Order: sequence, then structure tokens, then C-alpha cells
Amino acid sequence: MKVLWLQSGGCGGCTQSMLCSDPRPLFDELRDAGIEFLWHPALSLESGEEALAILEDCAEGRLAFDALCVEGAMLRGPNGTGRFHLMAGSGRPLTEWVERLAQRASWVFAIGSCTAYGGFSANTPGNPLEACGLQFDEQTRGGLLGADFRSPEGLPVVNIAGCPTHPGWVVDTLEKAALEGLKPEDLDEFGRPLLYAGGLVHHGCARNEYYEFKASAEKQSDLGCLMENLGCKGTQAHADCNIRPWNGSGSCLRGGFACIACTEPGFESPGHAFQETPKLAGIPIGLPTDMPKAWFVALAALSKSATPKRVRNNAVADHPVILPAIRKKGGGK
Amino acid sequence: MTRIVVGPFNRVEGDLEVSLDMADGRVKAAYVNSPLFRGFEQILIGRAPLDALAIVPRICGICSVAQSAAAAAALADAMGIVPTPNGVLARHLIQATENLADHLTHFYLFFMPDFSRPAYAGRPWHDAVARRFAAVRGEASADVLPARAGFLKLMGFLAGRWPHTLAIQPGGSTRAMTAGERIRLLAQLREFRSFLEKRLFGDTLANVARLSSKAQLLAWADGRPADFPVFVAAASDLGLDKLGRASDAFLSYGAYGIFPAGTWRAGEAAAFDPLAIDEDTTHAWLAQGNPRHPEQGETIVDANKAAAYTWCKAPRYARQAYEVGALARQVIAGQPLILDWVTRDGGSVMARVVARLLELALIVPEMERWVQALQPGEAFCTHGDMPDEGSGTGLVEAARGSLGHWLSVRRGRIERYQIIAPTTWNFSPRDGNQQPGPLEQALVGLPAGDGALPTVQHVVRSFDPCMVCTVH
Repeated sequence: MKVLWLQSGGCGGCTQSMLCSDPRPLFDELRDAGIEFLWHPALSLESGEEALAILEDCAEGRLAFDALCVEGAMLRGPNGTGRFHLMAGSGRPLTEWVERLAQRASWVFAIGSCTAYGGFSANTPGNPLEACGLQFDEQTRGGLLGADFRSPEGLPVVNIAGCPTHPGWVVDTLEKAALEGLKPEDLDEFGRPLLYAGGLVHHGCARNEYYEFKASAEKQSDLGCLMENLGCKGTQAHADCNIRPWNGSGSCLRGGFACIACTEPGFESPGHAFQETPKLAGIPIGLPTDMPKAWFVALAALSKSATPKRVRNNAVADHPVILPAIRKKGGGK
Repeated sequence: MTRIVVGPFNRVEGDLEVSLDMADGRVKAAYVNSPLFRGFEQILIGRAPLDALAIVPRICGICSVAQSAAAAAALADAMGIVPTPNGVLARHLIQATENLADHLTHFYLFFMPDFSRPAYAGRPWHDAVARRFAAVRGEASADVLPARAGFLKLMGFLAGRWPHTLAIQPGGSTRAMTAGERIRLLAQLREFRSFLEKRLFGDTLANVARLSSKAQLLAWADGRPADFPVFVAAASDLGLDKLGRASDAFLSYGAYGIFPAGTWRAGEAAAFDPLAIDEDTTHAWLAQGNPRHPEQGETIVDANKAAAYTWCKAPRYARQAYEVGALARQVIAGQPLILDWVTRDGGSVMARVVARLLELALIVPEMERWVQALQPGEAFCTHGDMPDEGSGTGLVEAARGSLGHWLSVRRGRIERYQIIAPTTWNFSPRDGNQQPGPLEQALVGLPAGDGALPTVQHVVRSFDPCMVCTVH
């Protein structure tokens, strides 16, 4: 599978993240799975005219490629000119290159939430950059390529959302496409591959005991659950961050800070401070997905009343101040 | 005179275009265009101040933590708090991990592949270098990618993930290390040290750190079977120790409490004065006005401005263009090898790369000391209140050099947020006095165009540009 990669209104962090792929070196892993970069802006030798020749040949159908990966929001401004990003050396808006190349690709992958839904650049008040995703304006279908866009494989844009994307999300999705293709039913309604977006960030969270007892962190660096006070959206965000670790052993929650739902369209403007949970009458507004409010209130009241002292005290400290009791044979009282 | 436009200038972070006015096969004048504008300074206006911690890392996927650290420092300044001792150490570790990983990424993935170009076929070092450093296919990638990924596992412990962590807070870090994790951090650092000593240097870090002159370095590198010595041989053969000089004016905000802040110009070291900075918009597609200190800075788009050729402002220190980066940091720190080099030959492609790799040898041992100094059980974060009105400045060193954030808060919201990134300094356009930026100076006189060696490629990449930070 030949991959052509372009970058625009983003930070390049999805590529930097992808380079952390393990356990095998990324280039070896992709090569052995039959995937090669025809051109990648951060990695390939070809520069300037050599690079433009490759892109032009691809856009004109003279050079075959299979997958178009785009990293970064599509900047259509100012006034529809695309001048917020003219591709260097070409004088043409990057959006125009993407439109031309997307017609030639068997698959189009949006790498990261900027590319999928518009990103921070689309979240300046009034969106003066006229930023959008490849096939979405935040939650609304459309974007640069339009709601009706389908690749020759019959797929809409595949949105490997995340800010950044986990290396495994990108590598696994590309490898699945190369191995057996992708079908519409492999994606959720926001175009995200179910292989990583089929569950919630909450699944596998190392703070689960605190969540169960509603033993909440009150300030940054506390060990408790981050949902009630510190803005965590792990119970609503679709991704497998706590099952598929980041950088060996990490995740946002394991790092001690809230999930800000970076795989969700519109996460950039949550309508409240990122690190605070908005509440109504003391109850968080954003309740866990699939959970009716009355149940949550009842469960929270019950579990708070049943919280062990260890869990309650440790929740508001940055290291365990009470260790789990050790049960001895014949003891128990 | 003819004009050559070079772009997309790849293997830099982001997009870059360089225009060269040519006469007799040599560059007469260079114009650097940062072609992407994303408007982060406007995105921040009106947000809750602490939201900057979630927003600014996303300016850059390669200097994400440096952006976090600058924001945390600016917020702490506004709040009037200082991080706890553990918080300081955790931040040093998180920042150093990113900075050193960036140095490694730059050397192996961005910079060295240019030496594999067919234009160098026939040079005594070419075949071996092409085999090892060819883009994507070179055998070095199978060594360096696992070494880099392994080193960044430090972030899994200290910061949850990389890039884009929220672990760095004004009062320290959200992630307290346990006694057991401290041991695992040391093990991870040992693994990285082993890669550096075996593959990159072919010697101990201590021996590399002891090299105190250019002559000593050249003698040490001669025939040594490792990646850095191979670079030294190729770069010496091509005369890259004499190419790519800007004006040898260096600036550093100081790093890790071990490298001091300061300036260095025409051989004279001086103290750093944060009030001497301003930004000029004469040649940027931004509203024209007098140069402003970033505390009063503005970023207003004027896409049809005739005199403009980039989205990048021109930051100046005391009205002069300054170069930032590892070379500047080490000159100002008085590091013997780098000071000898720059005093003798001035800045160059080779000096910039040497300074970067030298930092790997200097800072990994410091990281080992910082881990040992962590006190599990003591606080990693302190807390404070953000005033409804106030301002703060955060000055840090990213891998590529000096990064500054200037914040003001009014009625509890961000009123103004200005950022000057390292590559904003290095790749700045001309200012109102028509003074070119450091890269624009460094390219003058180089061969370019059809049939020329890829010297321009080396010079541009020697600055390790981060274009997404440059304009933000």
C-alpha cells in the first residue's frame, strides 16, 4: 500500500507520536506489512521540486498511490482563498492539493482531530481561518470534501481522531486496510475506526476504584477520580487510551490529569474550563455515557456513603497515605 | 539576477519556503517564508487562563512540552507561586526528555539523510553514510526509532504521554513519582545512555563531555566507528564548519538551572534583559505598526500587505537579530568546546549540530541526578489562585532555543497572549530596518540552483526549524 502524506493546519504531533510506535521500529513494521511512504513531509528525502513532481504526478494520475493521509486542519480562509496555507514552492492552497489528490486515492485518512473535524484553528471565535475537517465541520458532515465524498473503496474519510493520535491507532488502521480493506461498518458515525473508538477512555482506567466510590480528586496531583471536579471526560470519550498504553505505561489519567475527550469533534471548545467539571446543583452536567441522571445520583449517594477510609483519604493525596489492609490467615475481625 | 523558490522544504517540522535571489550561481539575498498561519494567539483570547495549559501544547507536536512549560511559567508568574522542589525536578525531566528526543530526531531523521544524496556519490564516506542514514530505508532507523521510543517512555511515567500532556502545572506536576517508579526511570535512562554511548558517540558520555576544543573533537572523532564521528568526517570533508554563519549574535533564556540566561555578540557576553525584546511586522502579512514588546503585542491578519512575504513576525533584541538554539545556549553557558569553536570559526552548520549532540552527553547525566533527587512522598504540586487581573511571563528553552509566552488576564479571562518561538527568532524575515533574520543572513553567498551541491539544505536544517511553532 503506497501512502502519500500531507500536513497543513496542525502541529505535526500525530507524526511525532506515530514515530513512537512499538515494539518494532515503525519503518520496519510498516514495510513488512506492505506499507510504504511514497512521500511524507517529515520523513522523505525528496524536497522542493523533487517533492512537487511526486505530488503533481500523483494528482494527475501518472503515479499510482493507494492511501492519502492528511494531518492538520483544512484552512480555507481568508475569504475562501486558502492563503492561510499555500503549499511552499507551489503557490497553491494546500486545500486544492488535497481536493485533487483525494480523487485519486483508494482511501483517505484524516490523521488527528484537526484533520477530522477542524481542530483548534476552527475554534477561534467566528472561525476567521475558515478551518474545517476533511469531511466534517466539527459534528456536522461537510468539510472540505463534502458530505457525499466516497473513495473508490466506497468509504467516507476515515477519521483517525485524537489529539494527538496514538501510534497504534494509525498503524493498526493502515495495516488493516492493507491486509483486508476497511468497510463502512468498521467505522462509527463520526468516521472513527471502531478498532480503537469502540469503547470508552474510562475502560481500564487505573483510577477505577476511586470512580466506583466517587472518591474525587480536589486539586491537581490528587490520586482520586477526576470526573467530579477536575473536568475528566473519560466516561464519555471514545478511545482505548487506558487499555492501549501511551509511551510504554502512560495515559492522560495515569499522568494525573483529566481526559479532555480529544477524540471527539468539538473537544476544543467545551463551554467550560478544561480542568474544571461544570455542575448543576452539585451534580456534574456531563454524566457517563449511557447512564440516566437519576441512576447516577442514586449511585453516587450510595457509593459515597460506602467509601472506605483508605480510598477517601488517598483520593485527596498525591501518594497513598493509607495502604490496603493485609488479610492474615485465621484473622478477619 | 534570477530568483529560485525552494519548497516544500521538507524534513523540518511544518512547511517552509525559501526564496533565493541568485547571481553567478551564488545566493545574493534570501527571503524566508513561513507559509502556514493558524492563529493560536487569537484562539487563547477570552479563555479561562488555565485553559492555556490545554491549548498551547497543540501549537507544536515536537515542542509540545516546551510550550506547556512556558505557559505554566507564565501562569505561575501571574499567580505568584513557585513549584515545589519535586515539581521543579519533574519539569526538568519532562522538558529534558522532549528536548533530547528532539535532538535525536533532528540528527537521524531530518538532518543526516541529505548526506545520502546522489550528489555526494564518490565522496569517501558516501556509501557508508547512504546505507546508514538514507531517509526511511537507512539501517540507522532500526536503532534510533526504538531508542527514541524507549527514551520517551519516561513521558509515560512523568507526563502520561507525549506529545500533548497536561501534567505540567503552574505549581509543578500532576504526577507524583513513587519510589518504585524512580527506579524504573533510572533503568530507562540507562537504556538510553547505552544507545548513545554505543551507536551515537562510540565513547562514554563523560569522555564526550570532556572534549574542550574543536581540535580535540576532530582528533577524537577520527576513525571512530559511531554515528556522530561519521558526521564529523562528512561535515569536515564538505567544509560545513565554515558554512552557514549568521552574525554570531546569540540569545538564551537559560535552562534547567544549569545553563544561564544571557546574550553573546561579537565575542562579548552580557546579561539578558527581557524588556529589550520587541517584534516587528513590516514584512509579515500582519497589521503594520511600530515594533512592540510582546506584553503589548498584537497579531492582526493583513493578508494583502504588499511588503510582506511571510506570516512570521521579526523578533529583535535591542533592535538586532539574534540566533537561538543549542549553539546559543552552550556559547552563553561558556561550554569550552563550543566557546572555542565559535571564537575560532563562528557559527556554522557543523557547530550547530555539534552543540546539539553535545547536549545529549551533558544532560543525560543531569537527568540521572534529577531522578535520584526526587523525594517520593513529598509534594509534586503546589496550588494557588489565579487573580482576575494580572500578567505573567514564561521564558524557557525548547530544543530549538528560546521560547517566550506573555500573558495578561482581565476580568478572569485571557486578554492577550503573545508567543515568540525559537524559529520565530531564527527564521524571522527582515525588520523595518531591512535587517535580515539569522537564516536569511546564513544563506548569503552559498551555491544554489541547478547542479549545485545541496549546501542550502544543510544550512536550513542546521537550525532544526520548527515551522508550526514559528507562526503558531
